Amino acid sequence: MENKYSIEQIKSAHKILKEFTYVPKPVNKGYSGETLYVNLSTNEIKIKQVTERMKEIFIGGRGFGLWYLWNAVTEKTRWNDPENEIIISPGPIGGITQYPGAGKSLVVSLSPITGSAMDSNVGGYFGPYMKFSGFDAVEIQGKAPKDVVVFIDGDNGRITIEEAPLEDTNSHIVCEQLTELYAKDEADRLHVATVASGKAADHTLIGHLNFSFYDKRRKGTRLKQAGRGGIGTVFRDKKIKGLVVRTTNITGTSNNPADQALLNKTGIKLHKEIRRNDDKQCHMRTQGTAHLVEIMSDYDLLPVNNFKFGSHEKARQMASWVWGQKFTQGIPDGCWFGCTMACAKAVDGFELKTGPYKGDKVIVDGPEYETVAGVGSCCGIFEPDAVVELNFYCDTYGVDTISFGTLTAFAMECFENKVITEKETGGLKLNFGNHEAALELLHQMARGEGFGKIAGMGVRRMKEYFVKNYNADPKFLQDIGMECKGLEYSQYVSKESLAQQGGYALTNKGPQHDEAWLIFMDMVNNHIPTFENKAEALHYFPLFRTWFGLNGLCKLPWNDVEPEDNPKTDEPAKVPEHVQNYVDLFNGVTGKKIDKKELIRMSERVYNFQRVFNLKMGFGTREHDIPPYRSVGPVTCEEYESRKDRYDKQLKEKAGIDPAGLSTEEKVKKMREYREKQYQLLVDAVYKRRGWNEKGIPKLETLKDLSIDFEDVVKIVKSKM
Amino acid sequence: MISVNEQPLAWRENLSVSELLKICKYSFPLIIVKINGEIVAKSEYEKFMVPDGANVSVIHLMSGG
Repeated sequence: MENKYSIEQIKSAHKILKEFTYVPKPVNKGYSGETLYVNLSTNEIKIKQVTERMKEIFIGGRGFGLWYLWNAVTEKTRWNDPENEIIISPGPIGGITQYPGAGKSLVVSLSPITGSAMDSNVGGYFGPYMKFSGFDAVEIQGKAPKDVVVFIDGDNGRITIEEAPLEDTNSHIVCEQLTELYAKDEADRLHVATVASGKAADHTLIGHLNFSFYDKRRKGTRLKQAGRGGIGTVFRDKKIKGLVVRTTNITGTSNNPADQALLNKTGIKLHKEIRRNDDKQCHMRTQGTAHLVEIMSDYDLLPVNNFKFGSHEKARQMASWVWGQKFTQGIPDGCWFGCTMACAKAVDGFELKTGPYKGDKVIVDGPEYETVAGVGSCCGIFEPDAVVELNFYCDTYGVDTISFGTLTAFAMECFENKVITEKETGGLKLNFGNHEAALELLHQMARGEGFGKIAGMGVRRMKEYFVKNYNADPKFLQDIGMECKGLEYSQYVSKESLAQQGGYALTNKGPQHDEAWLIFMDMVNNHIPTFENKAEALHYFPLFRTWFGLNGLCKLPWNDVEPEDNPKTDEPAKVPEHVQNYVDLFNGVTGKKIDKKELIRMSERVYNFQRVFNLKMGFGTREHDIPPYRSVGPVTCEEYESRKDRYDKQLKEKAGIDPAGLSTEEKVKKMREYREKQYQLLVDAVYKRRGWNEKGIPKLETLKDLSIDFEDVVKIVKSKM
Repeated sequence: MISVNEQPLAWRENLSVSELLKICKYSFPLIIVKINGEIVAKSEYEKFMVPDGANVSVIHLMSGG
């Protein structure tokens, strides 16, 4: 596609606002030992030292992000205050090339939609390149008056803040422009990584960040997303067009591990396992996470029509084999070097049918499962090409596909229930299944106009807006609005799994499946029948998965492939051999001697610290852990009738209520009383297991035991008890 | 009658593990099948017949994006 300005014009329009030189510190055992601070209000650039205490307590990645953010903001800071920061950190293991899925960055900021600390993980090259340029994290504070680019030149030890008026804002263009601009020549583009957002992040609260990586086979810039919680909106509010890092210091030993041989051995073992088993197991190398679509529909877990239903006969139109055909095959698609799981699939040469780039042929990264389910089935849309088009525009406009899907589905249900009509939507016929309307809604978000601007506030604010302006029933909207803590739900139906209801609503940041995915263990296997069993799972798994975010790791190689003898192990759901791999990776990189218990404890410190962070920002207590009823059980008679046999049986056998003679309305009411009580009992059990009081506040002895009883932490906790 | 993950299911003659998985719509690839406590290898799913009264566990390992 043609860019409005040439690279030369863009370059000559840059004005350097601040230049800072430094001597890049080589990485030693996973850490450079320094972090970069940039203030866009004052143009201050400085380097901070990473202390041993910081490494011990917060490890890296999400931990470093939370610690810096904690020190940057007060309880009064809001997302669009200059004090708010965006912190990017890869963690100590991040950047190794021996083990699959080891190039993740964690992004932390105060979220526009939740008001509290948000963490989001993402692939792409920026995090590792930044570390190999000398920084374990970058903190960006302040707000620039005009659009800027921040450039880290890791080879020459030079950082600049540059006014950047002519670049595009949309990611598929600006990431290409910045890659070309800062690379010495075409071959050098591999050494440049960028971060950008898009035009919709200027007008909505659900903006995401795109992290690029140059795909030398496709000769184009690919994008991975830090999707959750609106950090792209913060990015654009700070007037950042892009972050850029360039380094040629990219080798298999750049992370300078303590025991390279251990990393090599551990990595080779998993590479072989993936090669042997992936084609028989999850097909990640050919279908990516989209392999889950028809499986979720088979198990009644695929969200359909705003999570009303869990399956649909048309789901097979978007099944794994359909995506397998659309994705270009035979190209190693890792979002970091050395990842043989290679699930970063792409649709190449896709011709856009709508919007400002209509007629252009583009690379579309994904869709992944969450996107297919979010912008697809959750909105009643089952046309694969519509999903690809929505995926592309969400990405380039800087919009989280999960939040977009869930909020569009909510608006569609409101439209079908006449809570809103064409009068309020400006003529958009937001019926389930209308992909043209969904696309137009997205284009409106990018233009900052019409109903798109209202929808772009997210589900929580839409509910308030509809009640205030359209006299909507607040109770109904609360029941069907799939958000908790302000964050839109990710794409699994949790109604039939009490553990997963907690897995979503008892999270720190809001309902995202990256803490715990317990549906099979609970609903299908019946392996965690008691409240104590569920509470144990809701202790272990969120902590285990938190650990990936401290270290710059992807979750997928943990359990989307497994060793042949995994079934014979004591705890196959944990994939013990892979847990040991992670222990070995951490020890191999850092030279420390942790075991699998210490691994959990490392996470427990950060997890509890984040819970206290929520308290600091005015959240973090029991009332914020309550899910919308759509996540717990059938809101409407239509939903009840769709699973009548299952619900009648449950009323009779579990709730001790004979459904005979009851109307559907009465049964919905009785079921609700039963399930809401069950949920509260689950919360009691989980709080107890986590060492929290009945309000959900970490006990002082818990904080002390975890060595996070810092003076200000204790002060906040005491004030909330 | 057999029990599958603690739920009763009608038994019939010549019920193979493969057939049982189809009936239950268990399409997830990362599963472990145990019959009366013994693991059945994947390669045996077609020919292994589920006996009447069997206690079947179909353990789904977690996945998710």
